[in-house]
Formats: sequence, structure tokens, C-alpha cells
Amino acid sequence: MATQLSKNKENTLTGDAIIEIVEMHKWYDDFHVLKGINLTVKKQERIVICGPSGSGKSTLIRCINRLEEHQRGRITVDGMELTNDLKNIEKIRAEVGMVFQHFNLFPHLTIVENLTLGPIWVRKTPKKEAEETAMYFLNKVQIADQALKYPGQLSGGQQQRVAIARSLCMNPKVMLFDEPTSALDPEMIKEVLDSMIELAREGMTMIVVSHEMGFAKSVAHRVLFMDYGQIVEANTPDEFFDNPQHDRTKLFLSQILH
Amino acid sequence: MEAIVDKKEVETIKPPVTQVGVVGWIRTNLFKGWLNSILTLITIYFLWITVPPLIRWAFIDSLWLSSGAECHQIDGACWSIIPANIRFITFGFFPYDQQWRPFVAMGLLVALLFYSRNRHHWKRHLVYAWILGLFLMGLLMKGGIFGLTPVESTQWGGLPLTLLLSVFGLTAAYPLGVVLALGRRSKMPAVKTLCVMYIELIRGVPLISLLFMSSVVFPLFLPEGVNINALIRAQVAIILFTAAYIAEVVRGGLQAIPRGQYEAAESLGLNYYLTMRLIVLPQALKIVIPPSVSILISAFKDTSLVVIIALFDFLKTTKTVLNDPQWMGFSAEAYIFAALIYFLCCFFMSNYSRRLERELERGL
Repeated sequence: MATQLSKNKENTLTGDAIIEIVEMHKWYDDFHVLKGINLTVKKQERIVICGPSGSGKSTLIRCINRLEEHQRGRITVDGMELTNDLKNIEKIRAEVGMVFQHFNLFPHLTIVENLTLGPIWVRKTPKKEAEETAMYFLNKVQIADQALKYPGQLSGGQQQRVAIARSLCMNPKVMLFDEPTSALDPEMIKEVLDSMIELAREGMTMIVVSHEMGFAKSVAHRVLFMDYGQIVEANTPDEFFDNPQHDRTKLFLSQILH
Repeated sequence: MEAIVDKKEVETIKPPVTQVGVVGWIRTNLFKGWLNSILTLITIYFLWITVPPLIRWAFIDSLWLSSGAECHQIDGACWSIIPANIRFITFGFFPYDQQWRPFVAMGLLVALLFYSRNRHHWKRHLVYAWILGLFLMGLLMKGGIFGLTPVESTQWGGLPLTLLLSVFGLTAAYPLGVVLALGRRSKMPAVKTLCVMYIELIRGVPLISLLFMSSVVFPLFLPEGVNINALIRAQVAIILFTAAYIAEVVRGGLQAIPRGQYEAAESLGLNYYLTMRLIVLPQALKIVIPPSVSILISAFKDTSLVVIIALFDFLKTTKTVLNDPQWMGFSAEAYIFAALIYFLCCFFMSNYSRRLERELERGL
């Protein structure tokens, strides 16, 4: 599997950029969270972002679908720049899937209703077709048998896989993962990572905030290390883990790899 | 091994008689400790001196179908006041020979309410059924076409008036309250200020003064010759009043919805309207069912305040009967009857809300 993905790594990345971030700054009131981020993500590229808590990694990916607004610089997603007077932010969000740390499934809807909500109301897909797509993706994350249950009846790992399937039903061009395994019990992490690896194999563009270094090694084209609101280091996984350049990266890696 | 116990030994045995059954129940619930026992004895004494006379008054010495004169001869309750005046109590000054019309209107309303009880009927056709139903009710009450004699709304009274005021009032106030709650949480300062001002202003004023204003002050501002029906003015006052309270309750529910729900909805590409309608409000309104029902119940009872602007609601018609010399002095019986009707309506509401809560429970 790892070799297959590595091969995949070589021959992609010739595509166009799908996300471009130029000199982007963000403040929470007076607090300078992101300080001059420059990042270009190509189609089908897979990036893992790591870094200590409070370094701004989550804020960065939340800026990409404008759950957070940036104050300076430029973010372009799929050819559309994110600005204040953007009328159709919903259109961009529909193209960018997001998976949250705490799943954020809709507790009052069944699993299949969670999955069909976006397609039916945003994409205007007919209900029957949306349900077929939903079942296809539920099969893919291997929980089709839970389709008629409510989120509260599922385990954490199952809920997170439903959340992944929910994003996929929108047929997004990019998938953002905000610490998708941090809230899970250890024995459930693997089932979620497996779903994400499957997705990577199919060539999805992915930006993953995570400390799962095994996942980063086998799947990512690039690993980014963030600290104090800056991208300190960005490199291929091999270089990043075997030969970190920056002191802060070395320190961080020594802390999380033991 | 020796650890294996004889099967007979592990068989369960019955607990002591003093702890189960009637005796056990009485011991644990009525005579547990000396304070408990004293309270029980005092309660039994009070029941002994109040209940038998009450039963004697209400059922044994009472008259059910007699004239007022006969009633004055006895000591017991004179329930005859109810059947003898039931049509006036129920329909007020509605023309006597036309009283089948409010009767049918009320039947229609009750049928609609019962039909709406079932959550599987909550589809688009139900909305049409309600619009058609309310229109028919209005038509029946007012008349004027299809050969129905027109009846002025000043002649409407009794139970139909109470029911119409509350059902119309509550159905109109709820959506208005939701809009106000959303407005109060709006990011637009003008909308927010307006909603806060409205809610605080209305909540700071008793309903009775709103009714006075709608009947006394408001007409002063109208140009001469323009006259808005007293019933509509009262209705509007009730709607505006109830909406402010509902708004605050709904706001509490909105605050209970975690930010992650908004973010998940937004990241799917849902706009504000769809996020609210599909994700936030269904969850928030479910949380606020119990406090909402409290508001609905008190609003229902508050409709009796319309008497102060000369509308004859159910309580007022009951009171009016007591002015009849033949029935004078039987106020206890009349008021007990009125209380019973109010209680039945409110009990239906709270009972229904509990059922609804249970049904929605499995979703969360």
C-alpha cells in the first residue's frame, strides 16, 4: 500500500494549483495568530500539517473555507479569491470538504440524512440519487449497515467515518481534516486513518492537520511544521523526519516521536 | 471443587413481610420516623374533616337538572346552573338560533388539533388544512355569505372567542418569536438593537396595559372614521405580547446549540437560512418544548383578560350568568365548571408536549 502511494506521489503534482495562499495574516483582536503564510497546494497533493498546540494550524485550514476570516494577504481557492464582499462563499464551501475533530454530525438526523442533506439542498440533487450516492460512500467507509441509525448510537470512530462520507457526498475538490483522530479512543484511530488512506489512493487533494506521523510518512507529499503562526519548515516526509533542518522542528519531533 | 455451592442454598428467598406489599409500602412511605408519622396523621385528620363534606356537597345533596328556585331550597351544590345556561356560557351573545355555527367552528378546530397531534401528519397538506380550516371558522363565525346571517364580532363570545384568540394568537406568535430570537442574535447592529428593544419593552409591560393601549390609546392615533375592530386589536396585542416571551425562550435554545453544528452546516455550503431551518432550529426548538408550553398555557389563560376591553370570553360569560337573579349565589359551581374547562385545555397541551418530547427523544 505504501509503495503504491509512493508511486502515486511521483507522478502527480504536475497539476495546477488549487489553493494559493500569499502573505496571509490573521488576528484574533490583538493576537497575531497567522504571520505571513505562503502556501500553494496543487491538485491531488496531500499535505500534513503538524506543530504544537496554539501554533495556528487549525486556524490556517479554517481560513481556507472561510470559517475564519483573514485580515491581510490573499487566499485563492479553485480560482476564486476569498474576500469580504464575496457573495457566494457557499459555492466555495461546497467544493471544499471539511472533517472536524469532534465530528459535528447533525444529531437530529439519521446517518443517511446527514449524508444527503448537502447534496439535496446545496447541489439540488434529487433525493433518490443523493441516497444512492450516500450509500455508495457509506459502503466505502464500511458502515452502510448503520445508515438508519442516529449519530448518538455510533462509536466515535464510526461517527468520524460518517463525517468523512458526508463531506465526500458533496464531491469536493479538496478535503480539509482538522485533527480528525485527536478525539478518538486509540483503538478507533486506525479505522479512520484507513478511510483517509483509501481516499488518498484515489487521488483526493487533502490537507490534514494531524500528529499521526505514520500517516504522514505513508501518505503525504509534503509535511509542514508550524510554530508561532508561521510555517517553519516544509519538506517531503522522508527529508522532514530523517533530516529536519530547523531546531524547533527537531525539538518538536523529539517530543512526539519519543 | 468445594467452592460449588448446593443449588438450594443460592435460591432466592422472599424479603421480610414488613418490607414489601401494602404493609411495607405504608411503613416506608407514611411512617418512616416520628416526623413522617406525625405529618401523615395530620394529613389524614385534615382529609377526614374536609373530604366527606365536600363529597356530600358536590354529589349527595346536589341538584343537577332543576330550576334556580329549587336550588335555593337545598344545602348542596346547584350544578343545574350549568345545563340551564350552557348555551350562553359557551356562546355568549351569539344569536341564539345561529349558535350551531360557532359549535361547528369549534368542532372543526378540535378536529384539526387532534389531527395535528400525530407527527406523521406534519406535512405540507397540514398547513393547507389549517389555512382552510381557519378560513372556514372565520366564515362560520362572521357569516354574510352563503345565506348565513352576518354576526358582528362584538357578539362573539364564550368558548369560541377564548379558543380563537388563543389558537390564532399562539400560531401567529410562535413564528414571530422565532424571528425575534434570531434577530436578537443577528450580527447586524440595527436588527439586533431593534429586536432587543422590542423584547425588553414588551416584557416590561403587563398584558393588561397592552390591551388597554390597544383599545384606548391606539384609536386616538387613527384618522377619523377609520375603526379597527376591537377583537382584532386584542388579538394583535396578545400576539405581540406572547411573541416577546417566546423569543427569549427560543434564544435560550439557540444558545445551547454548539458552534460545531453551525460550522459543519456552513462547511457543507448551506447558507444562513438553510443552516437555521435544517440544522439549528430543529434542535433548538426541541430543547425549548417545555418552557414554550409553559408560555402557551399562560397565554391561553391570559386571554381571559380581554374582558377589560368589553369582549365576552368564556370566563366573562360564566360570570354574567351569575347576575341572573334566579342563579345568583351559585358562583362556586359556575367557577368550578369554568376552571374545569380551562384545566382540560391546559392539561391537553402539557400532556401533548410531554408526548412530543418523548417522540423526539430518540433523535438526540
